[in-house]
Amino acid sequence: MSFIAKPKVSWSGQKQNSLGLTLGDYEGGLSTLCAGCGHDSITAALVQAFWELALQPEQVIKLSGIGCSSKTPAYFLSGSHGFNSVHGRMPSVATGAHAARRDLIAVGISGDGDSLSIGFGQFGHAVRRNLNLLYIIENNGVYGLTKGQFSASADPGSKARKGAENKNQAIDPVATAIALGGSFAARSFSGDKNQLVPLIKAGLLHPGCAVIDVISPCVTFNDHEGSTKSYAWTRQHLHAAVEADYVPPATEIEVDYAEGEGIDVELHDGALMRLEKLDPGYDASNRARALGFLEDYRAAQKIVTGLLYIDNKLPTFHDIAGTAKQPLTRFEFEDLSPGADALAELQKGLR
Amino acid sequence: MPDKNDLQTVDRVNDFVIKIATVNGTGSASANGLLMKALFRMGIPVTGKNLFPSNIQGLPTWYEIRASRDGYNARTGRVDVMVAMNAQTYAKDLAEVSPGGVLIYDSTWPRESQLQRDDISVLGIPLARMVNENFDGARIRTLMKNIAYVGALCALMNIDRDVVRGLLEETFAAKPKLVKPNFSAVTLGYDHARGHFDCPLPARAAPMAATHGKILIEGNAAAALGCLYAGATVGAWYPITPSTSLMDAFQGFCDKYRKDPETGENRFCIIQAEDELAAAGMVVGAGWAGARAFTPTSGPGISLMSEFIGFAYYTEIPAVFFDIQRVGPSTGMPTRTQQCDLMLAAYASHGDTRHPVLFPAEPKECFEFAVDAFDLAERLQTPVFVLSDLDIGMNDWMVDAFEWDDDYRPDRGKVLTDEDLAGMDQFHRFRDFDGDGIPYRTLPGSNRKGAYFVRGSGHNQYGGYTEDADEYQQVVDRLKIKWQTARTLVPEAVLQKSPSPTPIGIIAFGSSHGACREAIDRLAANGYPVDYLRLRAFPFGDEVQAFLDGHHTIFVIEQNRDAQMRSLLLLEMRVEQQKLASILHYNGLPIPSDLICEQVKTHLKREAVA
Repeated sequence: MSFIAKPKVSWSGQKQNSLGLTLGDYEGGLSTLCAGCGHDSITAALVQAFWELALQPEQVIKLSGIGCSSKTPAYFLSGSHGFNSVHGRMPSVATGAHAARRDLIAVGISGDGDSLSIGFGQFGHAVRRNLNLLYIIENNGVYGLTKGQFSASADPGSKARKGAENKNQAIDPVATAIALGGSFAARSFSGDKNQLVPLIKAGLLHPGCAVIDVISPCVTFNDHEGSTKSYAWTRQHLHAAVEADYVPPATEIEVDYAEGEGIDVELHDGALMRLEKLDPGYDASNRARALGFLEDYRAAQKIVTGLLYIDNKLPTFHDIAGTAKQPLTRFEFEDLSPGADALAELQKGLR
Repeated sequence: MPDKNDLQTVDRVNDFVIKIATVNGTGSASANGLLMKALFRMGIPVTGKNLFPSNIQGLPTWYEIRASRDGYNARTGRVDVMVAMNAQTYAKDLAEVSPGGVLIYDSTWPRESQLQRDDISVLGIPLARMVNENFDGARIRTLMKNIAYVGALCALMNIDRDVVRGLLEETFAAKPKLVKPNFSAVTLGYDHARGHFDCPLPARAAPMAATHGKILIEGNAAAALGCLYAGATVGAWYPITPSTSLMDAFQGFCDKYRKDPETGENRFCIIQAEDELAAAGMVVGAGWAGARAFTPTSGPGISLMSEFIGFAYYTEIPAVFFDIQRVGPSTGMPTRTQQCDLMLAAYASHGDTRHPVLFPAEPKECFEFAVDAFDLAERLQTPVFVLSDLDIGMNDWMVDAFEWDDDYRPDRGKVLTDEDLAGMDQFHRFRDFDGDGIPYRTLPGSNRKGAYFVRGSGHNQYGGYTEDADEYQQVVDRLKIKWQTARTLVPEAVLQKSPSPTPIGIIAFGSSHGACREAIDRLAANGYPVDYLRLRAFPFGDEVQAFLDGHHTIFVIEQNRDAQMRSLLLLEMRVEQQKLASILHYNGLPIPSDLICEQVKTHLKREAVA
């Protein structure tokens, strides 16, 4: 949604990835969001993750709904096709696009209004279908573009800028994704790039719907005292439970941490997702315990972050549909249309 | 109770309507299908119309079979033979029989004596008693009772029992044991009728040779076949009557023709969406990604899809919507037919939006227009509607066999390849290079030079976001030029001229065609020659304007209350209001030809007096 083309700055000595591309090659237009918006940090983390993974921008499609969060696909990967859909409907567009082009990596960017209110149904069904999609919810608890109404993720007791108190219960997208049978549910904080970049990388390579709820404070409407999605509150109440790191397939894996503290999860390209338990009681492969854990921390008013649940063996959308490995758009017409003789034969049964 | 029927006086050989009144969920559909197909196999032109409730079991249902040696396929308003199997609707069914007609009922139980008519023959056959004496088990008895009335009709109407036996053998090819009991039930009914009544009735069948090169098919299956042949790979849908059988048929065809013979992999992806909003989003997403994608739905679904339809219009993404219309407004009557979504489809969504709409008249056009719709959607980069209805979609129609040209190749429209992009300085998504209002597009996955950001918000001709007044207007003005191009690409209206010059015209479309065709022949025979223009698409072409200009009085015939086609003509064409007279039929049953004849005659007589 940028009016302004971002100037491409290049200088010799810029670091290149294995494709010979610099970070600048993964950027997009200039952000028009408020200065200090958490969303811009997430954009930067996405750029970093794509660069580190050395993905061709052409391999990626980026999709969004409506809202501040949904503007951000314009700010990264200008070399990828992007789709700013209608409010709350990013998942259905991603589903159709992925049905046609399963070879492309789909990234969906949404917000708490877009995914937990108007698009709650589509969010739930993308998770339930285990659509191969990185699904990022840029969660600030507030409607920014319409100037500060509470969203469905606002915590009870949280205060709006002018003092009004939210009395409704909050929808937690991570707990919801786990309850709906999701295969990858994580939470992070826009201010924690060290945690966010590896989570995005893991989500990109996870075979299935990777939901990352990123607390992303709204500097204009929800960064005041009494807000539970402000920078200050989030920093004070953050609790990293499971540290995730992405280990590329070529790298030798060293198992040097103490037994019982870490697990490796194999990703589809042979790479590993290494999970390190910061919380001794945590097990990211156990649905019931993950939900219990989330509930304990919620009750203690702590924001628990990390990769909270993963099941990389769950059948994906195309596994279930039995779709050809080759993208549907790549089939020759002759492979799709049975021809005149078949039509004549078929009609014998209609006489 | 008369055992010998009074003969009808008029010869109705191969020109009759059988109406069968039953209760749904009793298996009568297969018996009725058997009867209809037997007539078809005897070479007699035939049509079946299923009038069914929005219910699975226990409510009244009717099936009308019309045999017409002249090849007419509309409802007429007549009933020559009524098979009244439902005590609940007996009074209504008795009243509906045309004078001189015949009513057959199950005489196992006495009927109400006060219900009588002297102008028809009433024949009682103890169907339940005969079947109970010969078969065991409640379910089998219910089914066989239906087969037994088929047998009785074979005797009464000279329907060939060998043909019926052949059909039973085909039906039960996988379970041959079932042929014998079924045919015994046929014989029970047959023998009883032969033994008790003068057979045959004046309304009866005689072998003809008028079905050569014809098939029996419902419109939804035909449309699904069109999607298969057009190379559609993504279908997204939410179940809704009366469109569901379209996706069921597509699934069936894909299972047969689109599975890799070695790996079993699907060369298609059918997605049952969580609602129609999502179904539309999936179709738009797949169309953007380069697949031919479609959704079958009905009016309530289009209401929900409207936001995405406007989005696809403004962002210029191909998508095909099949609207199998049912009675509205709101939930309306889901199992009854209307042509009531015309305005909805033509201008679906907020803001200035217009969409090409195709009007198939029968299943063959469902097949052909399905293919056309994908070509148009991709050529024009816009949503295209195929506006069918329950009558076309869910009834069996006798139509000319479908043909396919193996040289056909899909029109993918203006899609730039990586080679095209390599030769260009810059890609501009929404610029009109050719003057036809259609820009060039790139598909996801293509070279980064062709990457752009699709947005339903204001955009300029380069694909960038804009709130600039002139830049915004330039794009929507160009869309209007595209609309003019659409006028030249959609199927033309079909003109049927009267042998003698006439200032009177009829305009109709879609499933009203059958009734119009018959009414026009009858009007001509009665000294009322009329010209007939059958609309096949919106936007209207020059031929429609010429027809409007060339006639003094034009009857616009349609199956909705508010004369939506008439309104559309008044909005889009140059024509005076008083020139267009409406003939409307909207009670949920397919329009009968009698109604058109009567209303045209009445109007013209009144006009002559004035």
